[in-house]
Amino acid sequence: MEIDPFIFRLSIFILSIFIGYYVVWSVTPSLHTPLMSVTNAISSVIIVGAIIAALAGSSENTFSTSNTFGFIAIVLAAVNIFGGFLVTQRMLQMYKKKGKKK
Amino acid sequence: MISANLSAVFYLISGILFILALRGLSSPDTSRQGNYFGIAGMIIAIVVTFISVGNFSTSLVYVIVFLMIGGVIGAFIAFKIPMTAMPELVAGFHSLVGLAAVFVAIAAYLNPEAFSLGVIGKIKLASLIEMSIGAAVGAITFSGSIIAFLKLRGIMSGSPIIFSGQHLLNLILGIAIFVLVFYLCKSQSNSIFWALIAISFLVGVLLIIPIGGADMPVVISMLNSYSGWAAAGIGFTLENTALIITGALVGSSGAILSYIMCKAMNRSFISVILGGFGADSSLDKEKEKKDQKPVKSGNAEDAAFLMKNASSVIIVPGYGMAVAQAQHALREMVDKLKKNDIKVTYAIHPVAGRMPGHMNVLLAEANVPYDEVFELEDINNDFANSDVAFVIGANDVTNPIAKTDPKSPIFGMPVLDVEKCKSVLFVKRSLSPGYAGIDNELFYKDNTLMLFADAKKMTEDIVKNLD
Repeated sequence: MEIDPFIFRLSIFILSIFIGYYVVWSVTPSLHTPLMSVTNAISSVIIVGAIIAALAGSSENTFSTSNTFGFIAIVLAAVNIFGGFLVTQRMLQMYKKKGKKK
Repeated sequence: MISANLSAVFYLISGILFILALRGLSSPDTSRQGNYFGIAGMIIAIVVTFISVGNFSTSLVYVIVFLMIGGVIGAFIAFKIPMTAMPELVAGFHSLVGLAAVFVAIAAYLNPEAFSLGVIGKIKLASLIEMSIGAAVGAITFSGSIIAFLKLRGIMSGSPIIFSGQHLLNLILGIAIFVLVFYLCKSQSNSIFWALIAISFLVGVLLIIPIGGADMPVVISMLNSYSGWAAAGIGFTLENTALIITGALVGSSGAILSYIMCKAMNRSFISVILGGFGADSSLDKEKEKKDQKPVKSGNAEDAAFLMKNASSVIIVPGYGMAVAQAQHALREMVDKLKKNDIKVTYAIHPVAGRMPGHMNVLLAEANVPYDEVFELEDINNDFANSDVAFVIGANDVTNPIAKTDPKSPIFGMPVLDVEKCKSVLFVKRSLSPGYAGIDNELFYKDNTLMLFADAKKMTEDIVKNLD
């Protein structure tokens, strides 16, 4: 009998939780705020689904209901991606300056 | 158009880059590189999606336009936001992830063919379950984060909103979500799908309103976790490895942060979620008591004198410092002290501020070297050997009652042993108790000097007096 592909995805999911567990425990407490903003940015990879939704369907009807939801989701996720990575960068930059000073 | 297998490999690569992005945060030196890994992972995921959909009609132009609109807004926010507003920014961003998850789930439900999930009315059972989980968790994340945002921003009062039957209502709504998912799978009816999303929005609101301001670090971490699980749910629907890996990473990251925050407050996660902490029922009693006790209060001159004659000073910042934006003035003060060969370190309690690591970022902003900043367990023994503890905007995290009075609501919470210092300087606007509503006996100790003023103003005055 063949294994359902779902099981493979479930395996990836569960193993990733373990990876996340160990990786996050190793994050230094002083960087917990950047951790939150960067996890925010990367979870916006959900934009992948938004792009698929927006590009789906025929070319005559660019803004069908489901396309429109896709387009709005693109904007939301893009705010997060740019905002999340840039604000993380801005914060981490501050940790850098000090390192040099001492 | 590239094959599904090839794009799956690329999604895996971007998932790995996201893992490396978090891995980089293990030290400030590697953290920036980590962030670049994250950006690279994101670019790969987006480009691969464009290529694998292979639709290069005018729709693609619109996609890029919308992407840019969002990008410009995001970049603008990222550059403009003051560091003191990080907690509400993060809460706001969580709400966007949640809403995006809801919208993607709706799009997938309305047009399942685009995601190869079957046809309308005959969506594959597994996909339907996955997308309803994604939509429900996303909706809870969205409305919950909005409430957290409003509370942190001060638009909504930070005090908990409690009504009778609250937990019962939440329980019923929680069960209703499961029942609706079940019927959705049976009937695939649109109205059930919309009802599911509406109830989830409601649950998000109800879940966060009873939680008080002091518990916000837990709430933000928890919502971070939810946004991850929502993303993972959508990842299963889309059969997308990058999204599944990311969702799992973010989900466990938020869960761990919630755990750390709960432990730092010695409270169980359940009791935080049930809320009501920081309700001011005990306030009045405390007020009466405190009126009778004498307090030594001083001015900037006294504080400057004390610190000038010290050989080591430990600074304990808290939320009040963030509110007053006193971090730059504080840094100036510390510079002056250091010129006089006084050893200065910073002690940070895990729940100081309104989100994990809040104080560290503010001190970083003020150019405080991160090797002068210590976590609770690393510095707590040093208080006994130090001359002055300068408590600025912190309160409950220094309250010795947590060690002595088993009846106190914060008993057992790890606190900074500020009272062991030879003298304690307490910058505070008034004698009012902290968020936990508990009086701090530290105020009335002989070696405590209260400095009643705005944190920033007082620090600036001390700087003047240090000359």
